[in-house]
Amino acid sequence: MGFPDRIERTVALAHPPARVWAALTTAEGLAAWFGEEADIDLRPGGAARMRWASGYAVEMRVERVEEPAVFGFTWQIEELPDDDPRRTYVEFTLEPDGAGTRLTVVETGFAQLPEDAYRKVYDGHTQGWASELGELAGYLDAR
Amino acid sequence: MPDDIEVIAEQVFTALADPSRRAILAALASGGPATATDLAARLPITRQAIAKHLGLLTDAGLVTAEPGERRRIRYRLRSAPMKVAQQFLAALARDWDSPLDALKEHLDRGA
Repeated sequence: MGFPDRIERTVALAHPPARVWAALTTAEGLAAWFGEEADIDLRPGGAARMRWASGYAVEMRVERVEEPAVFGFTWQIEELPDDDPRRTYVEFTLEPDGAGTRLTVVETGFAQLPEDAYRKVYDGHTQGWASELGELAGYLDAR
Repeated sequence: MPDDIEVIAEQVFTALADPSRRAILAALASGGPATATDLAARLPITRQAIAKHLGLLTDAGLVTAEPGERRRIRYRLRSAPMKVAQQFLAALARDWDSPLDALKEHLDRGA
């Protein structure tokens, strides 16, 4: 039996898709709730990057940009060497929900991980999306 | 860094509410200063999560980054906010203890 390949999580946000879109796709937005510093070239194939004070940085590649409904990127897998070509794919889907937004994040590609790294990465990202989406909601609510 | 005792205590309790952050603090307490990479190798926590948690722990004043080049930065435990939280708990324990003692005395007298 293979590993689960996918993580999916949906949250209801009390803000319209345009605001959620800006939080997900701008350097200012990403640096406020996800990284501590961020830059992004928002077009398919564009590079993006987030970094933290401890020196950790993650390189991303923008894949889908369908404002304000779908934003997708691939990113490095933390437990593999920086030059390893394997990536997971993250896709955000924004649907209007009354005055707010129903935001779904799906991350796929975990099945390609070696067995020794799989559990840590899969569990880490499962917890990670729960806390990151909480931080996103906190960031949007605070403004 | 906050100096208000309530603010410090709240940050300490928020930091300790997360099992990954407790594991990071425990690793720094038992193993001494460590880089984010060392911690990720020792704990079942990804590098990205370690980076996020270290940011929060630094803001709470529970760890401090030693000067150094990126990726080589070592984090060290700071016990000062922990002591503040300890005082906070001690004060609460005192407030609870006296009514409980009075109750016990009352019940003992009635027995």
